[in-house]
Amino acid sequence: MFKKIKPFMPIVAGLSLLVLSGCSDLIVLDPKGPVAATQRDLIMLSIYFMLGIVAVVFVVFTFILVKYRDRKEFNDKDYKPDMHGSVKLEIIWTIIPVIIVVVLAVPNAIALYELKGQPESTADKEPIVIQATAVDWKWIFSYPEENIETVNYVNVPEDYPILFKVTAADSMASFWVPQIGGQIYGMPGMVNDLFLQADEPGVYEGRNSNFTGEGMAHQEFDFVALEEEDYRNWVEETQENEPKLTKGTYEKLMLPETVEKMTFSSTHLNIVDHGQNPAYAMKIREKYGIREKSEGNEDGKVDGNDSNESHSNH
Amino acid sequence: MIDFIKDNLILDDPLILGANISILLTVIGIVFVLTYFKKWKWLWSEWITTVDHKKIGIMYILAALVMLFRGGVDALLMRAQLTVPNNAFLTSDKYNEIFTTHGTIMIIFMAMPFLIGLMNVVVPLQIGARDVAFPYLNSLSFWSFMFGAILFNISFVFGGSPDAGWTNYAPLAIEGSPGPGINYYLLGLQISGIGTLLTGINLIVTIIKMRAPGMTLLRMPMFTWTTLVTAFIIVFAFPILTVTLALMTFDRSFGTHFFTLTGGGNTMLWSNLFWMWGHPEVYIVVLPAFGIFSEVISTFARKTLFGYKSMIISLVGISLLSFLVWVHHFFTMGGSAAINNIFSITTMAIAIPTGIKIFNWLGTLYKSRIQYTTAMLWAVAFIPTFVIGGVTGVMLGMAAADFQYHNSYFLVAHFHYTLIAGVVFACFSGLVYWYPKMFGHKLNERLGKWAFWFFAIGFNVCFLPQFLLGFSGMPRRVYTYVPEDGWTLLNVISSIGALGMGIGFVFIVYNIYYSFRYAKRETTGDSWDGRTLEWATTTAIPPHYNFAVIPEVKSLDTFWFNKQETGKKEKVEYKEIHMPNNAGTPFIMSALMFVAGFGLVFDLWWMAILGGLGIIACMVIRSLRSHKEDEGFHVSVEEIKKTEQSFHEEA
Repeated sequence: MFKKIKPFMPIVAGLSLLVLSGCSDLIVLDPKGPVAATQRDLIMLSIYFMLGIVAVVFVVFTFILVKYRDRKEFNDKDYKPDMHGSVKLEIIWTIIPVIIVVVLAVPNAIALYELKGQPESTADKEPIVIQATAVDWKWIFSYPEENIETVNYVNVPEDYPILFKVTAADSMASFWVPQIGGQIYGMPGMVNDLFLQADEPGVYEGRNSNFTGEGMAHQEFDFVALEEEDYRNWVEETQENEPKLTKGTYEKLMLPETVEKMTFSSTHLNIVDHGQNPAYAMKIREKYGIREKSEGNEDGKVDGNDSNESHSNH
Repeated sequence: MIDFIKDNLILDDPLILGANISILLTVIGIVFVLTYFKKWKWLWSEWITTVDHKKIGIMYILAALVMLFRGGVDALLMRAQLTVPNNAFLTSDKYNEIFTTHGTIMIIFMAMPFLIGLMNVVVPLQIGARDVAFPYLNSLSFWSFMFGAILFNISFVFGGSPDAGWTNYAPLAIEGSPGPGINYYLLGLQISGIGTLLTGINLIVTIIKMRAPGMTLLRMPMFTWTTLVTAFIIVFAFPILTVTLALMTFDRSFGTHFFTLTGGGNTMLWSNLFWMWGHPEVYIVVLPAFGIFSEVISTFARKTLFGYKSMIISLVGISLLSFLVWVHHFFTMGGSAAINNIFSITTMAIAIPTGIKIFNWLGTLYKSRIQYTTAMLWAVAFIPTFVIGGVTGVMLGMAAADFQYHNSYFLVAHFHYTLIAGVVFACFSGLVYWYPKMFGHKLNERLGKWAFWFFAIGFNVCFLPQFLLGFSGMPRRVYTYVPEDGWTLLNVISSIGALGMGIGFVFIVYNIYYSFRYAKRETTGDSWDGRTLEWATTTAIPPHYNFAVIPEVKSLDTFWFNKQETGKKEKVEYKEIHMPNNAGTPFIMSALMFVAGFGLVFDLWWMAILGGLGIIACMVIRSLRSHKEDEGFHVSVEEIKKTEQSFHEEA
């Protein structure tokens, strides 16, 4: 009985996939900016090709499995035990994958070069530069021009090219806003450029997708796209009303923990450049007597107390 | 000393406490049974000191099954935690340890030993040899793997498991994890890696030098071919791992700065070096799997393998490409468009030789006469599932799109489709297929098929939804999520599938017990009407010398064609057979590696130095005595006659 059901399994599986996809938000396939859109197009193109390949293989596979199964009424004429190959067939199924790979490699190459630059739709605008720094387990955004710093959220104007300069203070992290564009690593001692742009106002989920230890699941931020006017107003208000970022406050941000959203009217860029100084966060933690994870359970409790004290001291 | 144990023995977690108690009870049980039945000597002389490739292979496979259980429990714990949002079943710390040990164990201590076990049992038989080229070394390989595995596995009850992922990225694994966990990872892998490297060398020499007369390279069975190519990958890739692990051990224990944040270390260096070994490693486990499928499909399709030569060419092609794609594990590192482009192309190019193989298997099935035995079901199910794994691999290989897939569940689904459909299905297929060769009876087909359907369906139910989770933006390695993420339903389905796989595994284990009790004993060496030489032995379980007379090879699938030639049985004349001696030093030396490794994990220098000196002492003793030990012994003609005849009378 199983033998008869087996070939239909992939079809059943495919159908249930279709049903399932209705139940979930496939945000990667629902882009809100040109970068994610380019990637979505590429993904869809590859999906069509791959579904085609899967369909062909599955049909051939099912046909063969049913037709050549050993059974009472097996037709001996169908049985060629010594057939050992066919140069013609083998050349065909070498060339077809080569063609498919070439067909997929070309748009991929074009997209790779395109994504390195500023999005075309706003090529005339001067990009806003924002430095994004991953620290265990938070995201710090610095606006060097505007002299603003935010934690765990980033405000940007819509329809505007944003150049993110991504780095990290400690663990290697991956900067990801699925609906706006794919990832780039933030690494201590290095800075990576990533152009992003939002096409419509909204709040989009952003996060670190690279494992950075205990709090990694909560290392998230809001990517907020505002109307250009709202953005200008926000910048002005922030510059006037928000406190300056002090060295002490910034040092506390270096401790491995999650924090709430914060806003400051100056940046940490004059305190430290994580792109140049990868050891900074470690030195601060040493100063505060913190290690990320305790060695033994009892030690852990002591460490925890230490960190609380150092908080209240400041 | 007591303080040291008290500090590190983990008793505060009910799960681990339960594990502690059951480990203790199991150990007491084993000791009791061995003592009660007076089996200690038997254990020492028949198993621990054996150099017989078949027994070593069986021990590898048993260890791998235990590790499959451990890794599977890890997997089920993770699925339990992720089934519903905001779940508090596991803490973040525990979850991180569990996914780290799951990944490491499944690759290093399950997949590789399972396949190396099958290679050990099968390859010498397939090429008509009496043993591997270096039997003593083979024993050392096994025991260093085993003690490496033990060292890695005790971490969860003593001192805490590694928790930086199986990729163990710096600087998280250095400055971010001060406890002994990462040391366990570094030393456990280092010690078992020695075993793997030695096995690679051993297998190359065995296959190159010890083939039966007439077996040219192009008459070798496909599993032997894949083993040969795999062994070459091992010899080229594992030294990278050895050095990389050593460098991080220096960083953690001796204050060097190769991968550190401070002192000018380069954290990306670890990622590069790790994947320069890590990607070939994927092919180390998947190529032998391809070999197993080739054997099984050809046997139960009752047909010669289609495209034998293009199979070999694609095999070699894959092995070369495997060293040229490592950057695709971090397209997001910020490399130039040109670099990502090159590695995109090499990655996608792997689809070409792999596609050739898939179509060759289909070609083998075309105009064949398929018998759906359990082994064949695993092999046949591999084709469509692996195709899904393969095409999603091409999708991931497109760097510009990979920026969206990277670190997401799409990736998790992809590599489970390749590694489970490719490797685990192959392990099960090979186990069922060669089981009568190892134990003299088949596994029950009915139970085997139940296991297959539970596992194969469960697998698809578990991992198909994870592709969609990737598109929904779920990153890997998160221990929890919130309902607003919208990932709940897919996670529930995935967990149900995981449960199905668990039930499948239980069926496999029960089947081993059931078949041991009730299965009919095999009466010939040819359980499946096979095609290759391992089925040509005169007894079901080959005698320790394998072949009374070394067979002569006239073609590919030589045993199959010999069987077609009816009648004329020549009178065979037996000659004395020279066989190697058992050896105890490999076990002792590996145990000392464990001691030294344990010392290094906890910075107990006296213990590390004592262990190290012990290892050197073992080498010295071996060198001084080897002229004697290596003499071996001769199996007399009478004994051969007795072994061969007693079996024929029974038959």
